[in-house]
Amino acid sequence: METRDLVIIGGGSAGMAAAVAAYDKGIRDILILERTEFLGGILNQCIHNGFGLTHFKEELTGPEFLTRFVKQVQERGIEYKLHTNVVAVTKDKKVSYVNAKDGAITLQAKAIVMAAGCYERNAGAIGIPGERPAGVITAGQAQLYLNEYGYLVGKKVFILGSGDIGLIMARRMTLEGAKVLGVAELMPYSNGLNRNIQQCLIDFNIPLYLSHTVSKIIGKGKLEAIEISQVDEKFRPIPGTEKRFDVDTLLLSIGLIPNNDLLDKAGVAKSSTRGASVDEHMQSINAPGIFSCGNVLHVHDLVDYVVAEGAVAGEAAASYLQGTLKESEGPCLETVAGEGIGYVVPSRINLANAGENVELKFRVRKPSKNVYVTYSLNGQVLKKTLKPAIIPSEMEIARLPRNLLGEEGGTLTVSLLAKEEN
Amino acid sequence: MDAGGGSLVTILYLFCFEDGILGAFFAFGHLCDDKDILGTNCIPKNRAFPIHVLTFSLLRAYNGAHMKDIIIIGAGAIGAFLARNLSKYELNVLVIEKENDVGDATSMANSAIVHSGYDPVPGTNKARFNVEGNKLFPKICEELDVEFEQCGSLTVATEPKQLEMLKELARRGELNGVPTKLLTPEEVKALEPNITPEVQGALLCPTAGIVNPFTLVAHAFENALDNGVELALGTTVTAIRHENGHYQVQTDKGTFEAKVVINAAGVAADHIASLVEEIDWSIQPRKGEYYVLDHYAPGLVNHVLFPLPSEKGKGILVTMTTAGNYLVGPSSEFVDDKDDHSTDLPTLANVRAQATNMVPKIPFREQIRTFAGLRATPSTHDFIIGPSKSHEDFINVAGIESPGLVSSPAIGEYVVEHLVRPLLDLKPKKSYNPCVKKYVTLSRLSEEQKKEVIAKNPHYGEMICNCEKVSLGEIEDVLSRSLPTLTIKAIKKRTRAGFGKCQGGFCQPKVLFLLAKHLGVSPLEVLYDRSGSEILDKEAK
Repeated sequence: METRDLVIIGGGSAGMAAAVAAYDKGIRDILILERTEFLGGILNQCIHNGFGLTHFKEELTGPEFLTRFVKQVQERGIEYKLHTNVVAVTKDKKVSYVNAKDGAITLQAKAIVMAAGCYERNAGAIGIPGERPAGVITAGQAQLYLNEYGYLVGKKVFILGSGDIGLIMARRMTLEGAKVLGVAELMPYSNGLNRNIQQCLIDFNIPLYLSHTVSKIIGKGKLEAIEISQVDEKFRPIPGTEKRFDVDTLLLSIGLIPNNDLLDKAGVAKSSTRGASVDEHMQSINAPGIFSCGNVLHVHDLVDYVVAEGAVAGEAAASYLQGTLKESEGPCLETVAGEGIGYVVPSRINLANAGENVELKFRVRKPSKNVYVTYSLNGQVLKKTLKPAIIPSEMEIARLPRNLLGEEGGTLTVSLLAKEEN
Repeated sequence: MDAGGGSLVTILYLFCFEDGILGAFFAFGHLCDDKDILGTNCIPKNRAFPIHVLTFSLLRAYNGAHMKDIIIIGAGAIGAFLARNLSKYELNVLVIEKENDVGDATSMANSAIVHSGYDPVPGTNKARFNVEGNKLFPKICEELDVEFEQCGSLTVATEPKQLEMLKELARRGELNGVPTKLLTPEEVKALEPNITPEVQGALLCPTAGIVNPFTLVAHAFENALDNGVELALGTTVTAIRHENGHYQVQTDKGTFEAKVVINAAGVAADHIASLVEEIDWSIQPRKGEYYVLDHYAPGLVNHVLFPLPSEKGKGILVTMTTAGNYLVGPSSEFVDDKDDHSTDLPTLANVRAQATNMVPKIPFREQIRTFAGLRATPSTHDFIIGPSKSHEDFINVAGIESPGLVSSPAIGEYVVEHLVRPLLDLKPKKSYNPCVKKYVTLSRLSEEQKKEVIAKNPHYGEMICNCEKVSLGEIEDVLSRSLPTLTIKAIKKRTRAGFGKCQGGFCQPKVLFLLAKHLGVSPLEVLYDRSGSEILDKEAK
């Protein structure tokens, strides 16, 4: 069996950033396995702009952003295989893949970076009531048809979910001549970035129905109409509030799910994000040498954060290969998503390996104003930060100095605290 | 060319307005002269094979020169095994189906269980054909290359008073000739670690199993077509006339003639039967709604788990599928609309509540789809299998609700050998081959086997569906078979491409463009399923 130092699963932005970072830390034997015909992952179909403001300090389209990373990969001579599908991974780091050229191969990797991205939550996953005609389609799939293949999926469109892809597609399809009749959002607030609400809905006079959901899909072969209803506090449709829209297309922008099957099936522990449970180095807490980054770990709102996380994972994989990342089971802090917090990445902080600062990424459960974010070590508040406004669609990143965290281990809880209570 | 030729062209031309995919071909036919239409030189060389199959069957029927021996109405599981059993003999057989694929109604939306047969009332058609059908499954699935696992079923008692009912079911099993075994709570827990702690006992039926219902029907039809049966998809029967000792079956695509008609029209079987005579029975669709969970991990359940009927409702089962998914359902509710495949929140919530009563920790967050199927429930409470009152050569095979799937091979055999044999000369066909050519299913191969098949055909190494690991080679194989594969859903049912957790989010475009190329049509014309179900609206600016 062939042995490789570092195998990276997924050649999107996270995987490429990890490869470049590992290379720059001295690792030379790197192999990226990418299932599609291009490096760059989902950015290939994101032809709108808004990428790279943090990382490159300029506003790029998806293809422009990815091209810069492809160039970095190619300049370093990092090996990648396209059209290559990883079919299995094991906890002891065997990677099995198939492609037309090599056939079916199992490699022994010394380290793995999992960077397989995410997929869209779809109609089946939420079980929208009604029939199952053609014309109910995820926003990303409509984007794929439009931007990569040049076909529009419908004329009269309604959108469920105010996630960013749905908002981007509302604008894109309007510009292509389709009529977007509205967007329904289950929550009482929008789930997209504020800039997308403004640029994609308000600027085009597309109404946003908050606290609404699609309560019925109508149509046998092809979608004929949908019915939306207002929802109660438990998100149940309220009878009598139905509104009918005659549409041929229902786009779904109802969330993304880490595409973490391979690690899940290998028995690698997973967190509430459905990505792997990782430590501060993005290393799996129960599979040493397996690192995760990008949307396969938790869904990001900006690619700039994805590549930053990819670089952390790539550098950490290099350290692991170079023997500078301790494997010892020293004292650890388990992170806890406390009051008002949806999730925290990483799941664990290995105190022996933590650097000068420990980075925590989290999302709040609902929009709040004038709240403190508190960080508590075994119940004792270490730090609190006042947030004038905080929303679920924007991931928060906090850095805690390592020296605040002590040496004992225990729990590190992130919570929201209303200002008045303080 | 006889005078009929001109009207033939007209009919086909109308057809092209009604059906996108087929239309492209028939429009082409219209441009040719009559002689060419009935010859082969009209069909372009690069034209896909499935269209030929469909076209020739229609052309020959229209031509009128070929009176069919038998027309089967309905291409579900029953139609499939009727066709396959008839294909053993020197007969002209045509199957007419209104959907654009075989097995596209009740046969595709059910629990996919090969029931053991302990449950039906002894002496009924249901009991007889269930038990006989169950015995046929291992051989049939081997011949037809269909996934089948005899995993056994457990009928689970969760209340002490149900133990008596279990014993009653065991007695019924004995009368039906079905082996069963009563298990203690400890034995059940050992077999099913996720069963409710409330479990009081269970009835084990080792002969029960699970099957891939999509390929069961498709491969049975493929086998029948390989052996000479003809199939007209997308064709709706509108009237049936009995004249001069034979039947004229009128459809929206023209009239077909046959000596014998078999009605296997599922939920519409009463409608079809009433085209011939007044009937004193009816079919009322009974809807069942289900959850499908991803194959996230093996071992949630290891058998088909049934509850006992109780005041809380009828049986909601929890089972794995041959693809390693889990099915939870079905509900049971009579509906009026024979085309109502809608799901609703209260019904599914009830399914969920009842299922968790038996298996408390079902991970519903792994849900990847919900669906509804219609059972063809007969007013007579038993399968209706026999000649119509006034015509011995019009045979009804109707009301085939559960346990219909498992019964279908036995029903097919019975109808041919006992009901058709007295009507027609059944001369064995020398060339009959009971087997389909083996399929390559990449996800089931070892690494060495994968290497071998990819070396022979690199397309097996090119993955199209990531969730279910379906390769280009597998899809091309399906498209090359005798059974027409005309829609995205047909590819999904044959190969599982699009069946996984992303529900085709990534692979559907690839499938769509492959199908367009294969059928020689514009991507805009490719259908998801029925006519009018195009995925794409227009080319972008």
